[in-house]
Amino acid sequence: MPDDKKLFKVTIDNITIEVEPGTSILNAARKIGGDVAPPAMCYYSKLKGSGGKCRTCLVEVSQGSTADPRPMPKLVASCRTNVMDGMVVKNITSEKVIDARNGVVEFLLINHPLDCPICDQAGECDLQDLSYEHGTEGTRFEFVRRTFEKHDLGPYIQLHMTRCILCYRCVFAADQLTDKRQHGILDRGDHSEIATYIKQSLDHDFIGNVIDVCPVGALTDKTFRFKNRVWFLKPQDAHRDCPRCAGKVRLWTRGEEVFRVTARRDQWGEVEDWICNECRFEKKKASDWVIEGPTLISRHSVISAGHYVGMKMPREPLPEVMGGRKPKLLMDIHSVSEVNDPNIDLSKIEGPAHSTDFVNKG
Amino acid sequence: MGRKLLLEKAHVEGIRGYEVYRREGGYRSVEKALKSMTPDQVTDEVKKSGLRGRGGAGFPTGMKWSFIAKPEGVPRHLVCNADESEPGTFKDRYLMEFIPHLLIEGLIVSSFALGSNVTYIYIRGEYAWITDILEQAIAEAKQNGWLGKNILGTGFDLEIYVHRGAGAYICGEETALLESLEGKRGNPRIKPPFPAVKGVWDRPTVVNNVETLAAVVPIINFGSEEYAKIGVGKSTGTKLISACGNINKPGVYEIDMTISVEEFIYSDEYCGGIPNGKKLKACIPGGSSVPILPANLLLKTAKGDTRIMNYESLADGGFPKGSMMGSGGFIVFDEDQCVVRHTLTLARFYRHESCGQCSPCREGTGWMEKILKNIECGKGKISDIDLLWDIQRKIEGNTICPLGDAAAWPVAAAIRHFRDEFEWHVTHAEEAQKRNYGLAHYADPLVVA
Repeated sequence: MPDDKKLFKVTIDNITIEVEPGTSILNAARKIGGDVAPPAMCYYSKLKGSGGKCRTCLVEVSQGSTADPRPMPKLVASCRTNVMDGMVVKNITSEKVIDARNGVVEFLLINHPLDCPICDQAGECDLQDLSYEHGTEGTRFEFVRRTFEKHDLGPYIQLHMTRCILCYRCVFAADQLTDKRQHGILDRGDHSEIATYIKQSLDHDFIGNVIDVCPVGALTDKTFRFKNRVWFLKPQDAHRDCPRCAGKVRLWTRGEEVFRVTARRDQWGEVEDWICNECRFEKKKASDWVIEGPTLISRHSVISAGHYVGMKMPREPLPEVMGGRKPKLLMDIHSVSEVNDPNIDLSKIEGPAHSTDFVNKG
Repeated sequence: MGRKLLLEKAHVEGIRGYEVYRREGGYRSVEKALKSMTPDQVTDEVKKSGLRGRGGAGFPTGMKWSFIAKPEGVPRHLVCNADESEPGTFKDRYLMEFIPHLLIEGLIVSSFALGSNVTYIYIRGEYAWITDILEQAIAEAKQNGWLGKNILGTGFDLEIYVHRGAGAYICGEETALLESLEGKRGNPRIKPPFPAVKGVWDRPTVVNNVETLAAVVPIINFGSEEYAKIGVGKSTGTKLISACGNINKPGVYEIDMTISVEEFIYSDEYCGGIPNGKKLKACIPGGSSVPILPANLLLKTAKGDTRIMNYESLADGGFPKGSMMGSGGFIVFDEDQCVVRHTLTLARFYRHESCGQCSPCREGTGWMEKILKNIECGKGKISDIDLLWDIQRKIEGNTICPLGDAAAWPVAAAIRHFRDEFEWHVTHAEEAQKRNYGLAHYADPLVVA
């Protein structure tokens, strides 16, 4: 009998599932998957104590349990509320939840710089995805946004506090992965900031993981900043024999070049195995790694989730202009162009033409 | 004159010292409880007395005590919340300053009931001189055998420590208080688990307000039945009210929760009316975070009954037409006061004091303050008022701790009852800035000018 664990039945958005006692509503919803899973900006299943802060995962509990069927009076944070037997939860079927979630997204965005076009996180940013789903087109905030100076946290990491949404994930990560956390939250309220004590640098073998847990572009990889856009890069799973960490990483390549190395993430955007700084920052050659093969990107990002697939595209005028010729380069449509070198016959270049093909060849 | 239980002896010469306090009948309840009662009997007495938490929420104290988990071999703690920082509330300061031994006595009896051998007083940092008074009182109590090992030969040990906060309003929230007591940043914890199960250092903990713990003394001395006779309905016993604002006699008053609001404001025994023959415009009956009430709704409920100074009557009508007893910070506004400016002041306070942990409160409080500042400075738009309403609606109930609600309620109530004053500030920007006070037509119907 003692081994015979009783499972709790919980109904989320009219889908019933059985989970083990002690599971949070969020994790139960993730088992169902799809749109039923509430978004989470601060909760991170691998970091103890995280969650409850961002309030994007609020859900409505319309029946507490079979034993006590009263509804909960307020919306609850699904990441930090455990399921009860017979609980009925409304997530996307509740107007109250959607309204509150839209409100939270608006709050998160009022002081966020919205500098996505120059932000390295764009394309894999949780906040970008969230505002795509729940944000409004304009803002009702008519004041100067909060800004901070950029701040180098040692040789590898840059802190751009202006973009931070104070999810505390990096604090938990540094606290739980390293033995000497040197950064935390200073000050309070809307003027609080992530900082180190008088600009100390973050110095630990595993500190690079704070970049991966950051849901926005507040903590970025200095070895990758402004090198490329993530959606141009091809993710590939790779591994190496690392004495410090599991060595299982994701390489982000374009052509032969490895632009950055990150930890592997699961479908909820959470790191599977923490990786060390050496793997992340020092091993930037394909020859350092055993490549396992291309990675299928999860639904995680706006861009990779194919939000733009199936859109009606405007009529493409290029084929008409070209009159049957196949362009190798957009420049080709000009018969004579200042940037184009008339001495180079594009049709004789192998593969797609590259700007380097035009240098010093005329 | 209502019966006084807490402040009866507060002005006896030298009551701050142990000798006089003892001579005036102090520490009798400790003798009674420790020698003739079991801890459960003490808890039962408190339960039967109907005592409700005096810190603001009004939760029945006896019930709170009975929730404390009692696992084998794990110490339990009582923590006294003396982090009184709600604007308009200064009753605990008065009690601790003038009659500190009453709190120590209440703490000993309550610790006995809860089985706490180490009890803490978390006092707000600004009360530096009261910290000294309390430490003096604790030292005296210890010298005379009321604290330490084997008190009165009953085998009950107790130590009381005073811990000073560092000036954060949020540390008055019980779980933030516990974090701060543990030496961490004062961020409220996510509940559950509640402190009664996992409190300070993960041990079962009860956090009670100063006045609540002091009220345990008369409950044990006179018995729960006698105590429950004072007051009406579920509002038993006496309550300290700290009255301030536009009144003739600001100060701390002990009331027995049967007097009407009108009597409290106008009688000479209490606030003594409004100075300079001005009219009553509005009042915040329970500390800055509870909804403001205009005069017509303050003196009479929406049903037309006389409003009484107690938990039920002040809350009558719900938030649309009522308010809350709260912590007893009674702030009175006369006809010259501007509700917009007042709301801005509160919004600035809550923005400054938000811990910044959860998004709606962190961002929303700052946003509300900025909009209110615009309206106050004559740069507002009519649509700003609706925007404010929408923001407060999205903060309320969606935050980790009640600070979000506390920031949202005053704004909501001000717009609900004084919307035309906000509109007047927008449409008459120049005049509003010159006058710097509001419209007066909410004035008290009782006083004929």
